[in-house]
Order: sequence, then C-alpha cells, then structure tokens
Amino acid sequence: MSLKKVHDEQPKEFKFSKENLKKAEDILKKYPEKNKKSAVMPFLYLAQRQNNNWIPLAAMKYIANFLSMPYISVYEVATFYTMYNLAPVGKHFIQVCTTTPCLIRGADKIIKLCKEKISPKENELSKSGNCSWMEVECLGACVSAPMIQINDDYYEDLDEKSTKDILDSLIKDKPLKPGSYRGRTNTSPEKKQTINGGNHA
Amino acid sequence: MPKITINGKEIEFDKGMTVLQACELADVEIPRFCYHEKLSIAGNCRMCLVEMEKSAKPIASCAMPAAEGMNIKTNTPFVEKARKGVMEFLLANHPLDCPVCDQGGECDLQDQSMYYGVDKSRFVENKRQVKEKYMGPLIKTQMTRCIHCTRCVRFATEVAGVPEIGAIGRGENMEITTYLEKAMESELSANVIDLCPVGALTSKPYAFEARPWELKKTESVDVMDAVGSNIRVDTYNWEVKRILPRLNNDINEEWISDKTRYSCDGLLKQRLDVPYIKKNNKLQKSNWDEAVSILVEKIKTLNPDDIGGHIGDMVNLENALSFKKFFSVLKSNNLEFREKNFFIDPSEKSNYIFNSSIKGIEQSDLILLIGTNPRHEATMLNARIRKVFAQKKVPIYSIGNPGDLTYDYTIIGNKTDDIKKILSNESNFSKTLSSSKKPVIIIGESALELKSGKYLIEGFKNFLKNNNFINKDWNAFNFLPQNASTVGLIDLKILSKEEGKRNSFFEKLKNNQFKLLYLLGSDNLDIKKNNEFIVYQGSHGDRGAEIADLILPSAAFTEQNGLYENLEGRVQECKKASYPIGEALEDWKILNFILKALGKNENLFNFDSLRKEVLNSIPNFSKLNELPNFKDYESINTSPYFESEEVNIKELDYFFTNAISRASKTMSECRQIKHSSKKTGTDNL
Repeated sequence: MSLKKVHDEQPKEFKFSKENLKKAEDILKKYPEKNKKSAVMPFLYLAQRQNNNWIPLAAMKYIANFLSMPYISVYEVATFYTMYNLAPVGKHFIQVCTTTPCLIRGADKIIKLCKEKISPKENELSKSGNCSWMEVECLGACVSAPMIQINDDYYEDLDEKSTKDILDSLIKDKPLKPGSYRGRTNTSPEKKQTINGGNHA
Repeated sequence: MPKITINGKEIEFDKGMTVLQACELADVEIPRFCYHEKLSIAGNCRMCLVEMEKSAKPIASCAMPAAEGMNIKTNTPFVEKARKGVMEFLLANHPLDCPVCDQGGECDLQDQSMYYGVDKSRFVENKRQVKEKYMGPLIKTQMTRCIHCTRCVRFATEVAGVPEIGAIGRGENMEITTYLEKAMESELSANVIDLCPVGALTSKPYAFEARPWELKKTESVDVMDAVGSNIRVDTYNWEVKRILPRLNNDINEEWISDKTRYSCDGLLKQRLDVPYIKKNNKLQKSNWDEAVSILVEKIKTLNPDDIGGHIGDMVNLENALSFKKFFSVLKSNNLEFREKNFFIDPSEKSNYIFNSSIKGIEQSDLILLIGTNPRHEATMLNARIRKVFAQKKVPIYSIGNPGDLTYDYTIIGNKTDDIKKILSNESNFSKTLSSSKKPVIIIGESALELKSGKYLIEGFKNFLKNNNFINKDWNAFNFLPQNASTVGLIDLKILSKEEGKRNSFFEKLKNNQFKLLYLLGSDNLDIKKNNEFIVYQGSHGDRGAEIADLILPSAAFTEQNGLYENLEGRVQECKKASYPIGEALEDWKILNFILKALGKNENLFNFDSLRKEVLNSIPNFSKLNELPNFKDYESINTSPYFESEEVNIKELDYFFTNAISRASKTMSECRQIKHSSKKTGTDNL
C-alpha cells in the first residue's frame, strides 16, 4: 500500500519555489478560470517534487488556497491517488512492481532482498537513512519484468544478483545506471533475432 | 407532457425528472440510500436499480433521466436479484451491531435489508475496521457502519456551505471524515445525523437514551429564533428526549439548526418547579398562596404607573394576551417586549414582518442585508439565502460587516450615509437595485437600533414603492426579528408609548422609576437593579430569576399549547408534548390566581377564549400556518429624522441566546468549541 497515513511531523510552511511557481502559472493557463481547480493534480505533483518526494499538509493547504478550494477537497485527491506520498520517503525511493508478469518472473525475490537489505517493513527508512522501498502495482514495463523504479528511473530485467548490486550501490549512495540488466537496449530482443524468425512471407 | 411506463402503467411526468422521481409519481417505492431530494445526485449506493426495456443491465433509477417512452419494471425477479446483490455487498462490511446501534428502529439499512437482505453472508474475510472520527460535540461516529452514500459530504458542501466533510482514501480504504477530524463549523451540522441512512453518524447527546418506538411524538414549532421551524418533539414520560425537523418547504425544508435540535436538554435543567420568595437576600422555596399574596399586597400599595411589565422572547400569544389584559386590569401601560430599544412602527403589518417570505427568497435576483447577520439571527433563513446563492448565483450585498455567512457577499458600506446615497439615487448601487426584478431587502434589529432606524424603514419603503417593488406579487421590504415572540407581540400591540425618539418604558427602566417590574419569561432585558421589586415568571432559573425577588414557575414551550407568529407573519401552533414540572403552571393560569386574589373574578381567563381573541386581533390574518394577506402601505413618512451613524452588527452569542439554550449542556459545549477555535485560529495544521 502507498503512504496514505499523514505523517506526524509536519513542516509549518510550504511555498512553491520560484521555478515551480512559474510552472504552476503555466499549468493554470491550461484550464479555464472557472475550472482552475482542475490543476490540483499537477500542483500536488509539483509540490511532491519540490518537497523530497512527499506532500506535507502545509502544501495541501497552500494549493487549496492557491486554487480557492476547500482543504478537504485537496486532501481527498491526495489520499485517493497512490502515487502521492503523504509521509517522507528515502532519498532513493524504490518501488517494486509486484503485478502478475513481474511476480511470475521473480518479483518476490526482489521483495525478499529489499526486506533484507533496506528495511523489514515497507515505507521505513534503511539503516543508512537514505533508502526506502514500497510494493506497487504495474508500472507498465512488463516486457522487461521483473523491474523496480528508483526515483524516476526504471531498472529492468533484474535477477537476484543484479538487484543485490543495485541495492548495495544505493545504500552507498552511488547508484548504478538504470536500464536493462541483461544488456538489452530499451526493449529490443535479447538475442539478435529477426522478426518472425527470419521467415518473411 | 412526456409519458413513461412503469410496471405496465403509463404515467405523465415533468421534463427533467429522473426515473426514480417518475416511479414515485406512479406510487412505486424504490429503495435508496444515497439519493435525497434536497441534495445533488451521487448514484453511488446502487440500491435503486430497476429494469429498463432494451437495456441488458439494470439501471440506477436515481441518476437516470426519465425519457419519453421508457418502459421501466421494478417488480421483476431480475430487479430483485440485482438489489439483493447490492445489499449483500453493502452488508459485507457492515457490522452486526443493530442491538447496540442508536439508529435501530429508524435505520434505512435495517428496513431495506428486511426485503432485500440475504440471511447468510458469503463474505468469509475479516470485516473492515475503521477508526471512530471526531466530528464535534453533536455527532457521534461509528465509521464501520458507514456505507459511503456521501449524503453527509454533499449536505456539508451544498446546503450548510462548509465544505469540511470529505471521503479520503479509495476503494476498501475509503473513509468519511472531517478535515483532520475537526468539529464541523456550521449551525446546521447535526442535520447529517438525520441524513445518515445507517448508524454511522448518530446523535451524541442522545446516545443510548431511548429507542424510537418508545417515544411519544408531538408535531410542534420551534421558538429558538423567529423562523418558526417545524419540529417534532420526542418525549419519554416527562422528558423531552430529542427534537427532530419536520418537512415544511415553506420554512425550514428538511433541516433545523443545531440550537433548535439540541437546546432540548436545557428543558431538564435549571427548571423552576415551585414559587420562590427572596427572604434575607436569599431565594427560598415557597408555595403559590404565599407568593401570590405577597405579590397582591405589593400591587395594592402601588400606583399603577409604577408597575412595569416585560414579555420575553419565547412567550406564546395566548399568554402574552393574558398578560396584556392583566396589565389593563392593573391600569398600567408600561408594557414592553423589546429587549433593546429598536424602532418599530406597529401601525401596519408589512412594517415589521418578512414580507418576501422565506420561500420567496428563491425567486429573488438580488439580496441586500442591512445591519443583520442572518446566519446567527435566523439560521434557516440563511440556509435559504445560501440556496439561491449556490443554485442561481444571486448577488448578495451587505451594509455593515456580518462576518462569515457561508456564502460570498459584497459589503457596500457601513454607514447610514451609504444608505442615504442609495435611497437618493446618488450611489451606483441604486441603479443595480432598481434594475433588478425581485430584490429582497432585509433590515435587521441592529440597524433599527440606530437613531435613523425610522429613516431606514420609511426610506426603503419609499424607494421600493417608487420602483414598484411593493405590490401584490412581490414585497421587497423585510424586517428580520430575532425572537420567536416578536412579530406576534407587535400584532398584539404590546409596545410602550413612544414620544419622539424616547420610549417611555426604557426611559423609566433606565431611571429606575418602576417600583414593581414584572418579567414574563424575560431574561435578556438589560436591567440595572436598584430598588425595584422584581417578579420573574418563567420556566428557567436564568438571568431574570437571578435578580428576582419573587419567582413564579411557569411552563416551557414544549409543555403547553400556544400560538407563535414567525417572522413572515405565519401563525403556527406549538403543541403540548410534555407537562410542566413540579408546581409550575401555564402563564395565564398563574395570572388567574393573581386576579382571584385581587378580587377581580370577572376578568378570569380561559384558554379557548384567549386563543379566539388572539386570532381575531392579528391583522391581515388569513389562516393558521399560512402567510398573512397582503395589504399595501397606507402612509409613508418621507422625511424622518436622519443621523450619520455607523451600522454595527451586534454579534449574537449564538448558542446562548435564550434561557433554554443557556441551561443546555450541549449548547455550552458547542459554544466552548466555537470560542476555542476562534482563539487559536482554525488555520493550524
């Protein structure tokens, strides 16, 4: 499950940074004035980006006032969508896909490794203090299952060894490169193959 | 009109109706949880499924617009199976705690599961567990019972105008809560209890008090403010257990204010049960004979002009009339009902009532508030203003700053000069006002307390008359009284004489000229006691009793029959639901005692003739429960006294406005929360 419980320690204040304020104004231009509250989702995303990947209550209030919405409405949206984090996550935020294709290809082993290396429970900071992990639903990269998402990057075609290496590198704060760990470029075929086994009609 | 077939019967329906409403026209009952006539349509409980010809799936009748030629069936096995399925889902997570649930006996889910419930559950998983939520001192929550109909969410947003309740999370983890579990800041908050179709939101003060079938139900009228909301008083023996709203689309629709609903525990406390006499500076229990004889002795020694009488805010018309007649027997003219000296012109009825009527607000296209905060002075009327604001975006203006009214308004001034400019067509607003079609001008008591009170009334009458806003179809001029008894008592002409700007009663009161002051249920009068002998006749040991030398206990409004006239001039009957406590009596019976002791047996009252006389003396009276007849103004004074003043709206201590609410524990809790939230500011995280 996602982080839907509001964190106990909340910052007092939140404000968009200068660049984000500009972005926010650009976003607002996409919506007619009377429907400006439609911008609540991109705004929450901006806030999450700005605030180390989680949304504090102060940000929700800030956005509510920005868009002249009731606080509860912003709160409803923020709690509804699983990709908004309402409590702090690690600097390296690992999301492990455990939906069917990844699970068949061994996502459970990745989970086991996360529990060993990072923290026994989801959404807890590692001993090193810079990582946390979470199970998520399909991230849309089934073709390179099993996979994990670390912050914005996809690490694909994993097995136990490569996962171990990646997790170790994160704990040391020197993350490895994203991409396929079986040497594929994007999602191209693993061995040199031609379409339809070379038998063109 | 378009036609629709329901269970083989063809009926006509109005355009814009939903299938469910059309079914109701055909007398077919559709089970529902989320649908409510006064709220927007959500369509999320799925209980109202019906079969529609040419549709493979059942349709949710509450959300489906009815259309010409539809063929709806509601009694087929297909429909029953669909509803049974929905019910099974609803019950999957619903706890089996009906025996300890306060909603038991009046629970929609309980009733409907009798028809559509399955006797066994196929749900073998653990039931969902949800923590209780704090929603203030009035609403008790048990959120495992919630079926997520979102009626409370819609009510808070649409009707109450305080969007503080919402549904957080999603799917199985969805929960209804107020923002960060704060108490709802609305005077209408407790209506969500009535709306909740299950026992998730129940009444906190009434928790585990009684079962609905044990209570005696009396249809009555509320006296907490001048709106005259229609209520049902539920009693268990003597005790008033709870007060619920009664549907009246002309007045309160389906809602009542929290004060109306929860002041009832004040009826049990601070009650005066026997006469008290002050001896050695201490009030001591006495009996009727002694008390009456002391009073009569006192009256006999005094000059009639030294006797003053004041009638309180919750006295019914029969008692008030008997008091007036009692005073004429005493030959005293010093009778008054106003708590503050505001201007009233009793010569014509339309001067002092809410002429546009509460329902009429819905037709208006402009609302101007002058020196009034309707949210606190007449909560249900404010809800109606909010309704037109929310539905039609009617522009609302105010003179003076009333604070948060749950809707947006523009302040166009805070001085009487601003009003003068409007009336003399010098202000920009004059044009806006005169170009509107059906404006509503609401003048509050705060404005009439000004020295230019008369100017306001006559000036607006003149202006509105010149712009043809006062005619048989529409009278834009409105006075907003604060107390339940006000309009009726003006009708009975219980006003002291006014000479110029001076009022004889208030002058005498201020100068301590009265030797005997007789307070009939009057607790809000500002008295600086000197040497007067004060008699308090009322139901509660409140401010009046505190300063009294002699206390005569009388019945509260739920304990006697009586007429009240609401702010529109609508005469309604408040019915006896309980009986007076101890030795307390109806006011007119007490006055009979005194008259007998005075030896005036020929003047004794009886209730039926009092009522007859009340109904005969009300001007423009049409019928019980109906609006008064329209009568055009005969005289308009065009040059009354004007003074440049600031329009200050007196803030009401909303939960503490009368003796009953001040005695109520629930009201003082509400008041405390309101004050504490003000102190710290609601803006904390």
